[in-house]
Parts: sequence; C-alpha cells; structure tokens
Amino acid sequence: MNVVIVGCGRVGGFLAGLLDAEGHRVSVVDIASQNPARAERAWFPHLPPSFKGETILGDGTDLDVLRQAGVERADAILALTEGDNRNLMAAQIAQKIFGVKRVIAKVNDPVRAQTYRKMGIDTFSRTTILGTLLHAMLQDDREVGEVLIRKSLAHEEELAHEPVKVR
Amino acid sequence: MYFVVAGAGEVGFHLSQALLEAGHEVTIIEADRRRANFVQDKLGSIVMNAAADEGRAQMEAGCSRADALVAVTGDDAKNLVICQLAKLNCHTPRVIARVNNPKNEIVFKTLGIDETISSTRVLMNVIEQELPSGGFMPIMPLAGTDNEMIEAEIAPGTPPAGKTIGSLRLPSGALVGGVLRRGKLMHADDDTKLEVGDRVFVFGATASESEVRKALFG
Repeated sequence: MNVVIVGCGRVGGFLAGLLDAEGHRVSVVDIASQNPARAERAWFPHLPPSFKGETILGDGTDLDVLRQAGVERADAILALTEGDNRNLMAAQIAQKIFGVKRVIAKVNDPVRAQTYRKMGIDTFSRTTILGTLLHAMLQDDREVGEVLIRKSLAHEEELAHEPVKVR
Repeated sequence: MYFVVAGAGEVGFHLSQALLEAGHEVTIIEADRRRANFVQDKLGSIVMNAAADEGRAQMEAGCSRADALVAVTGDDAKNLVICQLAKLNCHTPRVIARVNNPKNEIVFKTLGIDETISSTRVLMNVIEQELPSGGFMPIMPLAGTDNEMIEAEIAPGTPPAGKTIGSLRLPSGALVGGVLRRGKLMHADDDTKLEVGDRVFVFGATASESEVRKALFG
C-alpha cells in the first residue's frame, strides 16, 4: 500500500514506523520548524531510526507538496497535524482533487469531526476516542479497551527495542 | 443586509467598518481577546470573542439568519472550514473566503466555496494595471460563475489593431462587452474596428483566459 502521512508528530511518526515495518511505502510530510541550523532528517524526530520511507518538508495543504509526496498514486492518506482545519483541508484535497480512496483526518473537535464524517471524510476525534477508552478503563469495562490496550503495549515493546541511531 | 465577518485582523476590521458605514448589520467573530476588545472600542459592541471555526460560535453569531458570511483570517485552512461549516450547519446562503495562497482559489472552488478573494491576485491586478507593457488584466471574477471580466489595451503590431471585433480569434463563449476609446465608452459589435490604444472589455470563462490573451496579443 502507498500511504501519505501529513503531520509527523508523535502519532504520525509512530504510525509511519508501523506501516514502514510492515513493508508499505510511506511518505511523511511535515512543515519546517523555524530552526534552519538543523539537517532535514532532524525535522522528523518522531520517526523511528529504521524508517525507510520518504520525508518531505512542506505544507501538507499545498497541492504541489502533496504531489511531491506521491498523493497521485497513494492508496491512503492520513492527516494528523495538530490543526483540525489543516487536517480537514488536506483530507478534502486528497479526496476531491486527487481521488485518494482512503482518507482519514484527525479532528479533535467532536462537532467538526461529525460534520465532515457526514460529508464522507473519515474523521476521528482523539477527544472522544481517548475519553471513551479512559472512561471504560475506570469502569473496569474490559470489552471496550482490552484488545486496543494489548496491541498498543506490544507496539511499545517493539519500539523500546529498536536500536537508537544518531542521524 | 446582515453579515457575519470571521476574523478581525486588518482586513476584517476595515471590511466591517465599510459594511457598517454602508448601513449593513455586522457581527464580527474574533478569537483573540485583546484584538476583539480593540475592535469593540472602535466599532461598538458587535464583536464576539470566540473561535469562528466552532459550530456553536457560528450559531450564536446568527449565521443561520445572515445574508452572508465572510471569512477573512490569515489562515486559508481556517477560512475554508469556517465557510464549509456555515454552509453545512447554518445554511448561510452566501459564503465568501479570503485566500492567502493564490493556488488555493481553485482548491476552494473544488471544495464548494465559490466565492474567494485573493489579496495576492488583487495586488497583482493593480501592479499589472500600472505596468505600461502589461495591457492585459483580469479585472474581476463574475460572482457565482466560472467567468471573469478582462480589460485589455490594444497595442501596436498585435492581431486586433485595425481589425474588426468579429475577426478576433476569441475562444468560444468569450465576448467583447464594450470598448473605451480616448476616454469614451463605445458600444461594441462584430463590425467595430479596433484602434491602437483602445481598451476592450472581454467577458469569458476564467479557464480560457490564456486564449483570450493570445487572441488579443498574438
């Protein structure tokens, strides 16, 4: 699968690492932070050292940057920046202009998440997902979170054993 | 008419002021508290201190009874979402977005926001107007359509100089609406002969702009 990830924070970097390790072709886009003294690879501090995919510096709502990231042949795009609006814009561009089949946007505001889900953008809100999970854990509701927690603990274990590489 | 203006930066502030002076009713939504207070001091209590990209703020501002919403923050993604939310949730009949990156004009159109204002493009038009060799200038889009009005000055040695309007090789659908000759507006039909220095006003599809340019300048 060809996957484009816009926004390489902790979540984006973690997911990029998982997909890359499974053999998918991943490219990640992140906007340049304001420190020109650092080398390009260092802009992506949340990628695991073993990451073999592409890194693109730029604005993920810009048509040309998305093209450069390979959106035209992408099977899926995930918009995971810190900004709900930017995620919604990137996701809509990918879906409506480039015809990407699988489009997922992180939208923390539950109202916006619901509005755009009705429009056909797959949105998820960290607010409601994490809140629901924590609520279930407190209630000892095993059904809701158990699989998710078991899987994420396993991923944490894998990450912890990755050799640290100085880039 | 009733307008909701999202964003009280320089553009939003002066726009609201002009709308008020023209006798319209205006509510401004501004997220920054200090800026909201500043504008409130100048324009009166028409400012809401809230985030315009939140559905609730739009409801409170009365977007569902507004004649139009204008999103003029400095952030294109925010302007897009503000306009889409107003359309979807409040059914605001007319939404207008400011576009900072000119590339986004076409993006916004594709995503359902028909009316955009690009400050970069407006500035380009002004600059092109000032340049002596320019002579070709898309003046304005025709609201709600994919057409625009272009003004062009007939230069010496170009295909239209001394020819009739009927012989111009304009793209299909494009038409000359009028000619300004030595400061006088003239009716234009196929038999009108163009002279060097004439300013012609062409209406046509925005997409065929380059063909219009070719027809007029070779």
